[in-house]
Amino acid sequence: MTVLDETPGAATSTPVPAHRRRKPLGTRAYKVFRVAALVLVVLFLLAPLAWMLLASLKTNVDIYDTGKALLFSPTMENYANVLQRNNYFVFIFNSFWVAFVSTALSIVLGVPAAYAMSRFTMHRSALVVLMARVIPGVSLLVPWYYVFSNLRMVGKFEVLILSHMFVALPLIVYIMMSYFDSLPLELEESAQVDGLTPIGAFRRITLPLSVAGMATAGILSFIFSWNNFMFALVLSGAKTKTLPVAIFDFVSYASIDWGGLMAAATVVTIPIMIIALFTQKYIVSGLTAGATKG
Amino acid sequence: MSVMTPPRSAARPGRASGPREKFSDWANAHRKWLFAAPAMLFVGILIVFPLAWTLYLSLTDSQGSVRAATEFIGFQNYIDVLTDTERFWPAVGRTLAFTGVALAFEVVLGMGIALLLWRPFRGEKWVRVAILLPLVATPVAVGMMWRLIFDPNIGFANQLLGMVGIPAQPWLSGQDTALGTTIFMDIWQWTPMVVLILLAGLTSLSDEPDEAARVDGANAFQRFFYITLPLMMPTVIVAILLRGIDALKTFDILYATKGKGGGSFHEVETLNVYAYGLSFDYNQYGVSSAVLILFFMIIIGTMWLLTMRKKAVTK
Repeated sequence: MTVLDETPGAATSTPVPAHRRRKPLGTRAYKVFRVAALVLVVLFLLAPLAWMLLASLKTNVDIYDTGKALLFSPTMENYANVLQRNNYFVFIFNSFWVAFVSTALSIVLGVPAAYAMSRFTMHRSALVVLMARVIPGVSLLVPWYYVFSNLRMVGKFEVLILSHMFVALPLIVYIMMSYFDSLPLELEESAQVDGLTPIGAFRRITLPLSVAGMATAGILSFIFSWNNFMFALVLSGAKTKTLPVAIFDFVSYASIDWGGLMAAATVVTIPIMIIALFTQKYIVSGLTAGATKG
Repeated sequence: MSVMTPPRSAARPGRASGPREKFSDWANAHRKWLFAAPAMLFVGILIVFPLAWTLYLSLTDSQGSVRAATEFIGFQNYIDVLTDTERFWPAVGRTLAFTGVALAFEVVLGMGIALLLWRPFRGEKWVRVAILLPLVATPVAVGMMWRLIFDPNIGFANQLLGMVGIPAQPWLSGQDTALGTTIFMDIWQWTPMVVLILLAGLTSLSDEPDEAARVDGANAFQRFFYITLPLMMPTVIVAILLRGIDALKTFDILYATKGKGGGSFHEVETLNVYAYGLSFDYNQYGVSSAVLILFFMIIIGTMWLLTMRKKAVTK
């Protein structure tokens, strides 16, 4: 009881300053453990990627020589092969184009929808859009394939973009809803007092304030589309093949050209990782959007 | 504020009411549905129609070409699938095992790493970059990367085991080790996702309960298990929910590492891989649709259970 009696007193007599919570806690032993654990975590996460990068710079002979794991004479031959002989520039463009257009269209459709769903608390409507995140993609692919092959459209960009929008749109609605939820209503209301129509207030006040949210949603949607494999596997054609499908084709030959495969894998992941490094803050806020609302 | 908002007509006295203004008034009055409808129609048409179609196909013997004539056979596909102990039930087992084991590791590791990152430290930036990279990497490329690392002869994994004197493992090419290896890949790629969600949860926690417990003399473990963890439960369940849906539907790394049918012995054939194979490698649309409907019910059921759990925890 005495301990309990002392607690509130202690807490009130020495109010915890704000910077206190920024101080690391714990003993020396914990600090050592923490550093060691963090180093292990970083190694675990980065070593495989480093291995892929190293292998992409080796000749196949060196890859088979386990003695040359780290010490070898690097070569760009694999990249030259992949980019020139296998036409990867075309696939890079395809991936970029599909991701870019599907993201742009999804923002145009998704942002106003998210706004309405947030401001009018249309939870049931939101659920319909979010269902798209739950349904297994294969169950959509069969009917889509049927319809689009009858329309002779399989293998066209339009179909691929449409299918990617199906992933992008729910993502954008989800992220923007939680973003609009966090924007204060007062700004829009005072704009309306000053004579703007509700739609005018949305256009001139809310939208400019939502650029950060839209960047978050757009970047994530671009990444998801870039990485998408299953839809492109079924719906892309020779001219619209995207990078993930192109890599997959790499291994259907009799023996695996490991150096080339790793160069191809690196070519796919590097652009997305560079984007991620520069937009880290947005990606983190997008991936965790709505997760802590309770 | 809203009380102060005057009616719009009052705000703009003497405004001409031409057709443009009429449209503007109409648009403003109906903005709720004007904004929401295009996106909802888009998603609705692309979902409702395929789902209805899948439901219909599951009751037919559709196979071969999508244009071929089909016959209505009632629930025969469901009976066939539900009594299929060779492919369907093992696939259900693998799906649940893959999801359950991967999630268990991801949540425990994720919580551990999130706690390590919770308080600021020097070099934090670099750790955060390391966490981000697996998360954004293209899953097919990641699958190829692991294929090389887990190659029984030249892979880094067996070199590493050799250094500590453990005999080489077959990894992806072993009938018993393939599923575990793919689970490992999933853990590598998606633990960071759980870390980010849990870290967001930890950062939003108030420090007071923790401080109070510390003043009362609770040690770090007691504070975690009696204060932090219970407060974090809603966030943990959100993480499980978000990750679980995706884990159940895992396709890319399985197809990229083991190919059609989840390998020659179907070692990694989960429901999604099975359904994809039935549809696009073997063109068995009727059976495939029945599998998909059952799979969908499993996903919805899991989500419903977790949402119930979350409500119980939040109360």
